[in-house]
Amino acid sequence: MHNKSLTELSAALASGDLSSVELTHYFLDRIDQYDGDINSFVTVTSEQALAMAKQADEQIAAGQAGKLTGIPIGQKDIFCTEGVRTACGSKMLDNFIAPYNATVIDKLGAAGMPMLGKLNMDEFAMGSSNETSFYGAVKNPWDLDRIPGGSSGGSAAAVAARLTPVATATDTGGSIRQPASMCGLTGIKPTYGRVSRWGMIAFASSLDQAGVLARSAEDCALVLGEMAGFDEKDSTSVDRDVPDYTADLAEPLKGLKVGLPKEYFGEGLDSAVEKNIQDAIEEYKKLGAEMVEISLPNTHLAIPAYYVIAPAECSSNLSRFDGVRYGYRCEDPKDLTDMYERSRGEAFGSEVKNRIMIGAYTLSAGYYDAYYLKAQKIRRLISDDFKAAFEKVDVIMGPTSPVTAFKLGEKKDDPVSMYLSDIYTIALNLAGLPGMSIPAGQVEGLPVGLQIIGNYFEESKLLNVAHQFQQATDWHTQSPADYQ
Amino acid sequence: MAWETVIGLEIHAQLSTQSKLFSGAPIAYGAEPNTQACAVDLALPGVLPVLNEEAVRMAVKFGLALDAIVPSRSVFARKNYFYPDLPQGYQISQFDLPVVDKGYLDITLENGETKRVGVTRAHLEQDAGKSLHEDYQGQTGIDLNRAGTPLIEIVSEPEMSNAKEAVAYMKKIHALVQYLEICDGNMAEGSFRCDANVSVRPVGQEEFGTRAEIKNLNSFRFVERAINFEVERQIDLIEAGGSVVQETRLYDPDKHETRSMRSKEEANDYRYFPCPDLLPVDISDEFLEEVRKTLPELPDAKKQRFMDELGLSEKDASELSASRAIAEYFEEVAKGSGEAKLSANWVMGELSAQLNREDKGIEDSPVSAEMLTVLIQRISDNTISGKIAKDIFVDMWTGEGDVDSIIDKKGLKQITDTGAIESMIQEVIDNNPNQVEQFRAGKEKLIGFFVGQVMKASKGKANPAQVNEILMKLLKG
Repeated sequence: MHNKSLTELSAALASGDLSSVELTHYFLDRIDQYDGDINSFVTVTSEQALAMAKQADEQIAAGQAGKLTGIPIGQKDIFCTEGVRTACGSKMLDNFIAPYNATVIDKLGAAGMPMLGKLNMDEFAMGSSNETSFYGAVKNPWDLDRIPGGSSGGSAAAVAARLTPVATATDTGGSIRQPASMCGLTGIKPTYGRVSRWGMIAFASSLDQAGVLARSAEDCALVLGEMAGFDEKDSTSVDRDVPDYTADLAEPLKGLKVGLPKEYFGEGLDSAVEKNIQDAIEEYKKLGAEMVEISLPNTHLAIPAYYVIAPAECSSNLSRFDGVRYGYRCEDPKDLTDMYERSRGEAFGSEVKNRIMIGAYTLSAGYYDAYYLKAQKIRRLISDDFKAAFEKVDVIMGPTSPVTAFKLGEKKDDPVSMYLSDIYTIALNLAGLPGMSIPAGQVEGLPVGLQIIGNYFEESKLLNVAHQFQQATDWHTQSPADYQ
Repeated sequence: MAWETVIGLEIHAQLSTQSKLFSGAPIAYGAEPNTQACAVDLALPGVLPVLNEEAVRMAVKFGLALDAIVPSRSVFARKNYFYPDLPQGYQISQFDLPVVDKGYLDITLENGETKRVGVTRAHLEQDAGKSLHEDYQGQTGIDLNRAGTPLIEIVSEPEMSNAKEAVAYMKKIHALVQYLEICDGNMAEGSFRCDANVSVRPVGQEEFGTRAEIKNLNSFRFVERAINFEVERQIDLIEAGGSVVQETRLYDPDKHETRSMRSKEEANDYRYFPCPDLLPVDISDEFLEEVRKTLPELPDAKKQRFMDELGLSEKDASELSASRAIAEYFEEVAKGSGEAKLSANWVMGELSAQLNREDKGIEDSPVSAEMLTVLIQRISDNTISGKIAKDIFVDMWTGEGDVDSIIDKKGLKQITDTGAIESMIQEVIDNNPNQVEQFRAGKEKLIGFFVGQVMKASKGKANPAQVNEILMKLLKG
């Protein structure tokens, strides 16, 4: 049952062979059974999930079901959920019960998807290993000694271990694609502005975008279709029709022009990972795709620019966590400054503090031009690189991550090496482009992800390209041995 | 040494929108604490700002009224600092690309000359909430009703050279925002307040002296007094061998002094950067034209028209056009009664005196423009005298009814019957033979005495013009 696709589950629900309550119970039981080791859920909302499932069953019985009605989902704990703690991986919000729903939560609720619970993540989505969470590290179901990737590590681990059919996630610098790669999943980060950010706790507002972690491109297409769309409550969301993302899945790839950026196959890329990526490229050739070598000359500037812009925005976005209105407040503050310093000092983890410090520094008078403004200029150059590339090719491919899942603790004290694991994913966020990671092989039993980058709002094309690969290969159907 | 003063003002005017600058929460003054604040105003995690278009429209209207440049694109920026009544930890304001760029304002000086003061810029920003210290021992209460309220900050060039000029400028802006109906101008409630940047320099020196910024002045009187105090303080300081420190100061109206709040070294680095949650604001030519069409007649144009069309003196026209509400009231009375000058006298005289006495605005006047129109009509058609009119005005003020019913009820109708007036005059002449003799001997100023006697005898109801005429005839006869 837990290996069924969303389409298969939908059919089972529609036929009456299965009820949503049964299905929801089934996954709640799996969470109960397996999540002790994995630590992917920070909150399990059994009662609400079952209530929603019951409602879904009524809708199905009444013939009012949509494609996803009754299929449970896990929600990253970055999305505000009314009446349910929304902690965003931080001690700061350990006591915060949101009084409202994020638009994504409302939309998926309206689609009839019972929420199983809230998924673990790096604190305020800052991290690439899910080790910065106040609720403890998440383990990779493929190897419990390894990280699942981050920041959507809980979402990835839960889907990989089949504790939920699908999960929401967010991506600021690779936080959907990198965990997808490390957990053998299919993940999509849509174009910036495609999914509303209302109610999604901000890390870096100009880069944050919500998306899906699932087991196939088809599943991603179904769920993204329900999440996407203009929201008047988010000024940066784009008023543009949402296509049926499943409509183009079956399109043949003959004649597809695939760009291979030479900068994505250079130094730092693990050779075994590269081998898998080359094999995937060969597979695409068989499917009729034509490979074109391209250059994204400013790739080496993406990480430096990102680590100026993201911390700058984060330093400002996280200022609201001051112990005044909600969230953590230190014991017995002796005055206002003491309250600020200790509330923030005691409740934020070290990675969050690092980034706030960096961000405050780069925005400060006298440094703004040299850092923030320069980073914005680089951002423009990076966008221009992609723009030029998309004049020649339909999609761009390369590795999602230079390495497979590393060991817990391995890079914890080496932030720069940790940051480098996002080298191929970050540029998309700076440019606002959509991207996917799909399973494309394994190295010593650990999944490898192929990244596919599309032009603005070409999610349908990306999903089609990913789906065709998944029709020809079975990497995406493989699951960690202990959770089959 | 001779000193000259340099003053620049930053005026904050609260915009009269229905809702806040970036949220749908209402703006009502005096509501229970924290009842006019929604999730966005509280800066809950995950909330996002959405720009109130009405606020942009109002800011643009202001820009057009100043004949200022309204750039086709402006950008919101975050001004970062921590304060308990600033929920986001930053204020969304505008930094290098404000909605209104350079403009100017002409003010009238005491000697009647006109001075042009440059307006550097005006930008949109959100107000903070309020910290309440009084009712909480050892703690501070936070009221976020005001948090997120739209303001425009109007920054002048440092071009005013004394407190009176600064007040004249501030008054003119105050009148203008009310004319435009973009701000209620209520200074007691903080809807209109200003910061004054003050410096002094030796006469002839080109370079500016070091300035001090006096914060949150919420009355014209305080602006004048605070500037005068500050100028004197700075001159005294320099003359005693000291130097002015760049700092923020507070004016204490009770002690009549300014006090240091924080120095430049302690000043915040606000770490401005463009707000990533908001798109740049693009102003199209169509939008500008649409707003331009909503501009009312502005004070200077109105003043000119009062002089040209209604024949008012410059002084009267200036006074009557200073406030839109007064101007509209006056114009209704003047047009209804056909007596512009008399209407002007009444509005600036009796009416304004009564309003001042009771500290009322003209919108709260118990005597409406319609009532005053009838009163003036009754004077000009000789139903009543000007003196009786003043009594009737007071009666109307206290709610005793309209002009005609008071005239009827109290029998105040003017006596215009020549026969009746003649017999009253004859009686006065008969009773005062000595005065008559003196008058006839040439002491003509005694006419006033006779008029007074006749008016007294008629209980003020005799038509004064007729009394004069008949008196002269009978006395000289």
